[in-house]
Amino acid sequence: MARQDPKKDVVIVGLGWTGSILGMELSKEGVEILALERGEDRKTVPDFAYPNMIDELKYGIRYGTMQKPKNSTVTIRRTLDETALPYRHLGSFLPGDGVGGAGVHWNGHTWRPMENEFRLRSYVEENWGAEIIPEDMQIQDWGVTYEELEPHFDRFEWMAGISGQAGNVNGEMIEGGNPFEAPRSRGYPLPPLQQTADAEMFAEAARAMGLHPFPRPGANASEAYRNEYGMQLGPCNFCGFCERYGCINYSKGSPQTCVLDALKRKPNFQYKTNSEVLRVTLADDGKTATGVIYWDEEAGEEVFQPADIVILGAYSLHNVHLMLLSGIGQPYDPATGEGVTGRNYAYQMNGGTSMFFKDVDFNPFIGSGTVGMSIDDYAINQIDFGAEGFIGGSYITAGRANGQPIRGIALPSGTPGWGAEWKQGIGEWYGHSMSIGSHGSNMSYRDVYLDLDPTYTDKHGRPMMRMTFNWKDNDIRMTQFMKSKIEPVAESMNPDLMQSSYKGDGAMYDVRPYQTTHNVGGAPMGADPSTSAINRYLQSWDVHNVFVMGASAFPQNIQYNPTGAVGALAYWAAEAIRKDYMPNPRPLV
Amino acid sequence: MIKLLRILAALALIGVVVVLLLIFLPHHLTEPQEDLAADWTPEEGQGEYAMILGDCAGCHIGADGTPFAGGQPIDSPLGPIYASNITPDPEHGIGEFSLDDFRAVMYDGVDEEGHDLYPAMPYANYRKLSERDIRGLYHYFMEEVEPSSNEVTETSLMFPFNMRFGIRMWKWVALSDPGFEPPFGDEVENAEMLNRGAYLVEGPGHCGACHTPRNLIFAQKGFTAEDSEFLTGGVIDGWTAPDLRQEGTQPQDWDQVEMARFLATGRNAHAGVSGEMELVVQYSTQYWTENDLLATAAYLDEIGHDVARESDAEDDVPSLSEEETVTLLGDADPEMALGPRLYLDNCNACHFSDGRGAANVFPQLAGNATVTAPVPRGLVQTILEGAELPSTEAYPYKLRMPGFGWRLSDEEVAELATFVRNAWGNDAGAVTAADVAGIRSAIEDSPEGHGEAAD
Repeated sequence: MARQDPKKDVVIVGLGWTGSILGMELSKEGVEILALERGEDRKTVPDFAYPNMIDELKYGIRYGTMQKPKNSTVTIRRTLDETALPYRHLGSFLPGDGVGGAGVHWNGHTWRPMENEFRLRSYVEENWGAEIIPEDMQIQDWGVTYEELEPHFDRFEWMAGISGQAGNVNGEMIEGGNPFEAPRSRGYPLPPLQQTADAEMFAEAARAMGLHPFPRPGANASEAYRNEYGMQLGPCNFCGFCERYGCINYSKGSPQTCVLDALKRKPNFQYKTNSEVLRVTLADDGKTATGVIYWDEEAGEEVFQPADIVILGAYSLHNVHLMLLSGIGQPYDPATGEGVTGRNYAYQMNGGTSMFFKDVDFNPFIGSGTVGMSIDDYAINQIDFGAEGFIGGSYITAGRANGQPIRGIALPSGTPGWGAEWKQGIGEWYGHSMSIGSHGSNMSYRDVYLDLDPTYTDKHGRPMMRMTFNWKDNDIRMTQFMKSKIEPVAESMNPDLMQSSYKGDGAMYDVRPYQTTHNVGGAPMGADPSTSAINRYLQSWDVHNVFVMGASAFPQNIQYNPTGAVGALAYWAAEAIRKDYMPNPRPLV
Repeated sequence: MIKLLRILAALALIGVVVVLLLIFLPHHLTEPQEDLAADWTPEEGQGEYAMILGDCAGCHIGADGTPFAGGQPIDSPLGPIYASNITPDPEHGIGEFSLDDFRAVMYDGVDEEGHDLYPAMPYANYRKLSERDIRGLYHYFMEEVEPSSNEVTETSLMFPFNMRFGIRMWKWVALSDPGFEPPFGDEVENAEMLNRGAYLVEGPGHCGACHTPRNLIFAQKGFTAEDSEFLTGGVIDGWTAPDLRQEGTQPQDWDQVEMARFLATGRNAHAGVSGEMELVVQYSTQYWTENDLLATAAYLDEIGHDVARESDAEDDVPSLSEEETVTLLGDADPEMALGPRLYLDNCNACHFSDGRGAANVFPQLAGNATVTAPVPRGLVQTILEGAELPSTEAYPYKLRMPGFGWRLSDEEVAELATFVRNAWGNDAGAVTAADVAGIRSAIEDSPEGHGEAAD
């Protein structure tokens, strides 16, 4: 080993949302903190500066803000008997890169899971009995309740400057908000964004059918805002370049806009970029970590960075990879169902119906990552799982994220992808389409998991991580149920054309088309050390000075976008570390 | 002929005598303004706070960030003047200074060896400091600052400005009487607060050093509000330091809380700080107490003039009202003039068609002092290079506007600048492509010039 650096109290792996939050919160204790980020530094100006960021080819198609597979990727297979192959070209999911992480390129959807999603197994067993849970399904309770997390959801939403309309404040129902949401202690910090035409048409149709539309909450600021750290957002101008882009306008909640300049003022916080953590080092007895080893790109050498506390704040997949490489938690074995690290990987089940209206001008160039209207009438807490034959739910939604010219123009199926007929199709339909989507849960299963690949290694010579994932009947039934609910709403809007896209019987996972970057699980949290890798405070059961942030903690996927829960868990863990762990380091459970 | 030679010889002799007197006659130094006991010591923190009020840190910071190590050039019209090392290092700093030596620097611009200091050091304003603040500062620099052995480049201006005795002659006419006279009597409501504001603005804050116009010999035209030109706008680093007194200027238009917020955070509901004032916020005013900021705002408000300033620019461009501007931009007619079209393409995303931006984030352009300044350097430089707000405790975000110099030609910048100077009721002179070209090259030549944004 070439170099050993002076010890730090805390080392944080990755400087995205969770790394920034933990840095900010733990720095208040006066401890010396070092964050190690493997990518480049990124600031709104110059890195996201107008107009260069508004380049769909560079960022939307060629993934300018994403990790390069040559630097980091996974191998993927669908079943235990397939041979996994490296994910060489990004498609299905897009891990972010650099300071800010995926918090740079997200759309901004910020939800709270439903109360019963945190205790899903108990909820199912209490209401329908364990027998409705398919044999290979491994759903679990989180070990933490919504009630416990509520102050931390609130904290995250007010830090990230979320625009939205509350539906339930302390049990008091508020007209126009989501009537099915769990009670919140106060409303959102900013009012909802002004709606686009498609969202209003959907909401009107939904209302006419007795459903309950509400503005979807998100981190695109509807007004100028200043958060608890003094950080600021400017009002969103609906340029429609959110997902896959850094916001040009200081309008999207991100580590850059909401945390980092405040954090950089702290004299006890430092960060280094181009510093990829290779593994966590453990003491001889394996019960504590001694620090991390990282590759210092600038110096061209490996560095041992000793630390008393190690926070894994990388992307969910990389957190699990580091745990597997470092021997933190017993690796999960699908044959026996034993082991915890890599267990319960899950994804997201989405579908949608597109509609074409000859006589409606949607002005799709006016868009924002989260503008739109949603319904939760078919959410997890509204569905009779016993009667419907599946466990799960979706929110259903319409809104205009963007009208980008390459990927943003929907055409009726059958229209050629190039040539004169394509041009004609574009001329006829540009600005005349909209869609209603379902964004749904995905359960965890015995043979869906993460482990180290037996064949492929990464550029550092480490085994790559292998993902074994496929769609399951339960979730396909769920999405077909959503189709049956969405299509009548769409039909009631009298489109000239309509086409649906939902996973059907026998659907196999296809890594090529983009689906969602909501890779969750693999280091599930829980109350039982035999089925969870980390306890309710995101603390490793086995190595008590390692805390693992992020969606890798989800024991199965929620029906919502994960960032709200990721943020709340980060604040929840930060409080436990500050108030309980730091004064007396030990297993907290 | 002989008589003429005699007269000339006599004149030459008198000249030599005057010069010798200027060089060798001991300076008459200003006495302390208050009799304080020899063993008087400042309260804890008082000296440091006096340093903050005087913004000593901004100019005297070392190139490597060492506090008070000096060496940074201050661009004067005569050439760079290097700030001295004011740490207590006996050799390179001011460690050997007696209290009287120190007071002579602050009041009279004379160093311990009797040399006259260039007025880049604002002793013309510091002459109003109280003896308590002088003593506090002396204590702070001698006892609380770490010595630094940084050796500062000697200032060497071209002849005749390198003849320091000339400064002595200049001081006879350029300095006012020492000491601070509270201008508000008991009959004025809030007199105590207003007098505090007057002291801060006239004395340690040395606002007049930039914001008061200067005469032909570069002396400030007034040191108190009794002088009608005091704080009516000056020039610093080629930028207009805005008028603070006439009707319609920012401190007169803003309410006092917004003015105080601007000084504390570099931003408020209307504006973001830019130019040299950014350093003032960064090193000084963000650390002022709430009471001092409010006193400053109250005083500035109090000394406002009732008449609006007459634009001295040749007004060759018609001014558009807010409504006319919003309509023009909203219609987005492809045939529209280049200026508003460039605004839509480059500026509208943040500053919006109403030119109002967003509170504390995107500065308002309507009525913005940088936009409508008589000398357009600040506006043009901001368009070319962008601008960044300083990080302050309450508002830590270094919000940065990107530069557009890399994508806009001189002609385009001129059209754009002329448009914003005459939109939303703004009414200021046109900017020409030649102006822009001149500013571009001035930025590239300046020691801290960044040239065009590399992105």
